[in-house]
Amino acid sequence: MKLESQTQNIARAVKRVCDEYHSRREKLLQILEELNELYGYLSEYVMKEVAKNLDMQVSEIYGVATFYSFLNTKPKGKNIIRLCQTVSCELAGKQRIANALENELGIRFGETTPDGMFSLEYTNCIGMCNQGPAMLINDDVYYNLDPEKAVDIVEKYH
Amino acid sequence: MAGKRKQILFSALEPGLGLKKALEHTQTEIIDIIKLSRLRGRGGAGFPTGLKWDLAYSAKAPKKFIVCNADEGEPGTFKDRILLNEHAKKIFEGMAIAGYAVGSQEGIIYLRAEYRYLRPVLVQAIDELRKAHLLGKKILGSDFQFDIDIHLGAGAYVCGEETALIESLEGKRGEARNKPPYPTESGYMGYPTVVNNVETFCYVPYILIEGAAWFQKFGTFESTGSKLFSISGDVKKPGVYELEMGTTVRQVLNLVEASDTKAVQVGGASGICVAEKDFDKPLAFESLPPGGSIIVFNRSRDMLNVLKNFMEFFVEESCGQCTPCREGTFRLLEGVKLMEQGQCSIHYLRVLRELAETMKISSKCGLGQMAPNPFLSIIDNFKGEILARDRVTDSIPL
Ligand SMILES: Cc1cc2nc3c(=O)[nH]c(=O)nc-3n(C[C@H](O)[C@H](O)[C@H](O)COP(=O)(O)O)c2cc1C
Ligand code: SF4
Ligand code: FES
Repeated sequence: MKLESQTQNIARAVKRVCDEYHSRREKLLQILEELNELYGYLSEYVMKEVAKNLDMQVSEIYGVATFYSFLNTKPKGKNIIRLCQTVSCELAGKQRIANALENELGIRFGETTPDGMFSLEYTNCIGMCNQGPAMLINDDVYYNLDPEKAVDIVEKYH
Repeated sequence: MAGKRKQILFSALEPGLGLKKALEHTQTEIIDIIKLSRLRGRGGAGFPTGLKWDLAYSAKAPKKFIVCNADEGEPGTFKDRILLNEHAKKIFEGMAIAGYAVGSQEGIIYLRAEYRYLRPVLVQAIDELRKAHLLGKKILGSDFQFDIDIHLGAGAYVCGEETALIESLEGKRGEARNKPPYPTESGYMGYPTVVNNVETFCYVPYILIEGAAWFQKFGTFESTGSKLFSISGDVKKPGVYELEMGTTVRQVLNLVEASDTKAVQVGGASGICVAEKDFDKPLAFESLPPGGSIIVFNRSRDMLNVLKNFMEFFVEESCGQCTPCREGTFRLLEGVKLMEQGQCSIHYLRVLRELAETMKISSKCGLGQMAPNPFLSIIDNFKGEILARDRVTDSIPL
């Protein structure tokens, strides 16, 4: 009973977002971005509902969702840390930041903390190369990091 | 005089003046002015902007689109971020002028997801321009109307390639299209579309105000004007610099106070790596294609390690649509790992070089065509430190 109302809620939310974009196929990316934001990831059920609303194959929706690194098809932490791994940040010492974050959170890159608060990921150049090492936490950008500073910043998201 | 800091984009611009001048001209007059200025695209390929606009102008269609490419993802590039954050109105004015010239009423700016925090800045700039009648209906009291939508990317480097960008705008996987048809003929939703880089649009109002002859005075014959360079790596003063086209690598190194420099990567991961012997070459389309990114390495850096980082980038960012790129980037990275362990034979290196040449000619889009650039240039320039290294282990994989 409870489960049923939950799925109905999701179906309603998906429909609302699709309606907002007049269920136009070319708006799929925006629709998925919004739903990703709302639920933290795109579940199979969400993708099925989007497919229904847009009159598309689920496989097509899945194909789009998996193409983009900012769309998740698996549950992620409440906060996503993306540390830049590209060359200028590497020169500036990104490895030390990576080590510090792993130590502090007790997880490796690609993992999520057991309390569901943080996912730790690498990303490619985020355009902060003159002030590396740099990272994104959700939509916020941080730069000129050192190990201590990085850990203090992450702490603020607890 | 090459090497002087030339401020065009970083000089003040009266909002709306360029657009006002544009509206005093016919569409073809504007296209002629841009052609005469010899402005070339600042997104990497250096395509003549006036010609691109002419193609879109000549295409017959009920609708046309102007797209600003703000997907800036080339490693080491951050010049567009500065323009988006501090000069957004110049970008939008350039887009509106392009719209008037080619006969388009709709602009779209494709902003990379990593720059989502800049969205409010863009929203506000668009808002203010609408209030000042520089966007929207009846621009500056004329019959011309033009408005701009912001579209967010979702994290994929290849979407910076113009046809992949258009696919992404249409809500699909960002997979490059076959060309032709070019976007100027059939782009967004099948309509003629002009795709230009953020920086390219910014020069346009200045050219309308100051004239094509003025713009031509800067830079070289084939690469006119100035250029923004994003400079990072082993330098004292990293940042964005506006320099005349034709500035040499050495002049740049002096300016940013680099010392003990071993190598300079020009144009990001897709660009080429130059060593000391080439530091007097000019940064210009006809010599060292400038792109937006300059990464400096001093003598303490292991160039094979640098190359590995670039190849990992391409393996991750290849969209996997075509075999030469999908397989080739993977093989080149495996080769770099073998070299790292001192286990790559000279014979196998030659096989990899052939593969790299094949990728250049047979990959579908620029990503796969340019991924071999750092591989070939780093290995050519730094053979001495790369070939036949001491073995790390004795087991031979592969
Ligand atoms: C893999 C790849 C990534 C690209 N990324 C960008 C980019 O982030 N920004 C950009 O303006 N152009 C990028 N380009 C170049 C575009 O395809 C296109 O040439 C450019 O946007 C045209 O604008 P312009 O003539 O003003 O340079 C990229 C090309 C390739 C092959
Ligand atoms: S060259 Fe690479 S990125 Fe371009 S279409 Fe082929 S696989 Fe995709
Ligand atoms: S290399 Fe890390 S932000 Fe560009």
